[in-house]
Amino acid sequence: MNRNPDDHEDRARYRRPLTALALAACLGLAAAQQMEASGDLRVLGFGVPDEIASVRVDRFRELYPDVNLQLTEGAIDQQQLLTAIASGNPPDVVYLNRDDLSTYARRGALQPLDQCIEQAGIDVSQFRPAALQPVTLDGTVYGVPEFNNIVLMIVNTAALDEAGMALEDLDTSDWEAIARFNEQLTTVDGGNVTRIGFDPKLPEFFPLWVRANGGQLVSDDGRTAMLDSPEAVEALEFAAGLHDAAGGRGPFMAFRDTWDFFGAGNQVASNQIGAWPMEQWYVNVLVESSPDAPVAFAPFRDRQGNVLSFATGSAWAVPAGAANPDAACAFMATMTHPDTWYAAAQERARLRAESGATYTGTYTGNLAADERIFGELVQPSGNEAFDRGVEVILEVQDAAFSIPANPAGAEVRQAWTDAVNRVLNGEQTAADALAQAQQETQAALDEAWAR
Amino acid sequence: MGALRTGTVASRPAVGRSGLRRAEARAGWSFIAPWVVGFLVFTAVPMVASLYLSFTEYDVLRPPRSVGFENYRELATDPRLRLALWNSFLYTALYVPLSVALALGLALMLDRVTRAAGFFRTAFYVPSLTPTVAVGALFLWVLNPSVGILNRALALVGVDGPGWTTDPAWIKPGLVVMSLWSLGGTIVILYAALRNVPRNLYEAARIEGASGWAEFRHVTFPMISGAVFFVLIVNTIASLQVFDEVYTMYFGQMDSGAGGSAALFYVVYLFRQAFEFLNMGYASAMAWLLFVVILVITLFQLRVSRSWVYYEGR
Repeated sequence: MNRNPDDHEDRARYRRPLTALALAACLGLAAAQQMEASGDLRVLGFGVPDEIASVRVDRFRELYPDVNLQLTEGAIDQQQLLTAIASGNPPDVVYLNRDDLSTYARRGALQPLDQCIEQAGIDVSQFRPAALQPVTLDGTVYGVPEFNNIVLMIVNTAALDEAGMALEDLDTSDWEAIARFNEQLTTVDGGNVTRIGFDPKLPEFFPLWVRANGGQLVSDDGRTAMLDSPEAVEALEFAAGLHDAAGGRGPFMAFRDTWDFFGAGNQVASNQIGAWPMEQWYVNVLVESSPDAPVAFAPFRDRQGNVLSFATGSAWAVPAGAANPDAACAFMATMTHPDTWYAAAQERARLRAESGATYTGTYTGNLAADERIFGELVQPSGNEAFDRGVEVILEVQDAAFSIPANPAGAEVRQAWTDAVNRVLNGEQTAADALAQAQQETQAALDEAWAR
Repeated sequence: MGALRTGTVASRPAVGRSGLRRAEARAGWSFIAPWVVGFLVFTAVPMVASLYLSFTEYDVLRPPRSVGFENYRELATDPRLRLALWNSFLYTALYVPLSVALALGLALMLDRVTRAAGFFRTAFYVPSLTPTVAVGALFLWVLNPSVGILNRALALVGVDGPGWTTDPAWIKPGLVVMSLWSLGGTIVILYAALRNVPRNLYEAARIEGASGWAEFRHVTFPMISGAVFFVLIVNTIASLQVFDEVYTMYFGQMDSGAGGSAALFYVVYLFRQAFEFLNMGYASAMAWLLFVVILVITLFQLRVSRSWVYYEGR
């Protein structure tokens, strides 16, 4: 899966330090409920690559000067985390993928946050349901949601024009229309693919296709695998079949791997794609790298025509045995407070304006934060396509779902990913692959819940 | 008195020798102590611990729970394990003979080069210093079916290159090609062995009218057979444990999905069981199975080596 430049360190074009203006703004904002916190605070898995991170970290340091904050930069390293926990020296806060959180929680490696939520005055109702669900196991909250990645459709309008089609012709609720669109816009020249009509983004968005077809991978209580349902089989057959127009998965991937994904010559600017579902952070990539690219944005829709999206993201959690849970709680509350998000977004908007770039928003798991950011900071840029993109992102947020919390997150993900890949590689039929994945997933769930 | 004196005199050297032996023993142990401590701490104890853990269910987060032979029973029925073992065997069967043959060919060339020999030795060895993760990332581009340099080179001679990174049938051959990048160590070992072949043997062979092939067959190869055997053993063990590059290419951030089955090598699967699925007990059992497999293969190679490896001192 492609990385999110918002919550990783790969797009560090916006630099610390915080300007005096932003600092003043920070200090002037209301804080989360102030707690008593001091001593060392070790945070694992979180870096400070840009102003969205640095403004929030600086705000915490301002509010809690007696806390000695130590960040272990870089993405979460499971070996590092496990070793630290096993040696009885866990970090105080860990920043991890929401899908993995419940696995640790079920094994007693994370602390329930009920007390922290109460002490810090964290308003759980502010979190988007799709962000809160994966961090809630058996009714107990184990994580504080951070960023929220949702999926929308990105369309190359130059390809549409070439085919004599309008944006409305791409109705993702009509799978036959998607197939026709794909056939029409996929181009192969001399045996080499030169444009992919419709990229279903498999295996990563398989859950979206299943949901669009009325199914789901795991039951809402996280106990029952539902991978071999007719809806899932049909969804996989259809989405995998979209590779055929390019000559199969091999030529498809060989071509896709050559794209300049983050550059000015990206697949939209280079007319190498017709349309595809994608996480919203890529809108920011496009607006930065190729603001004049012929692009349009639209919601993905299920087969009944309802707007649908798939949410993933990160969260904060406190390992069991953390030496400084009070400071950990204060840190999580501060980092995810609407005021803190707003201050960070304000700084990004300022930097974008300074460089003449368009600010398309910062997408958090906190509804109150998003309302302030998009209500006050994100202004129409005059670039109609990207302004519409922002509207679409906000429109689909409430229609997003996530994979329910379950204690075998990695194994479940592995089972369906492998199944999709086996189908894409022509090793199994969709029915056989998903039947196998169903067995593997149910066994993993049963074992994990029995522990 | 004389006898006593004699006896006393006679016993002195014995005491001295004993003291000297003790002193030498102490010195010897002190020299090897760092290795012994390192072996005990970083190898022996972890091995014993993993043997114990292989009979438990253990996720690091909670104390291990004894499950008897359950993990080993599960090994016998795990289809992914069979796939991973098969992938590793196939890769090893492709890579080891090819790598030894190619390294030997290059070492023979080096042995004959007189001008700029240092340059060629360096040129052959430097690629093996590339970090393995970087090699994996690099070869995703080198092997790219559309724009990769390998298929472009093949196209120049009219060959339509395969999908090295996208076609499951070609993923293992692609990984073999990638592994050849790091051949430097093997070349150096074989080159050193070639330099040690007594030159008078070649002179004698030439006087006898031996052809180039006969010279290689009856002089060179027997004289370097010990080194060839060594690299065969070492490369076999390394091939069965290959991980970094494969994980980088097919299971990390750059995962294209194509390698899900074709590139699921044994140690990749072991790593996933241990650190992604938190099944440390099962992963420990996997490690011991791999240990036994490697032991059996090595013993077989040792047995077969008697018929073709020549040790000068024996």
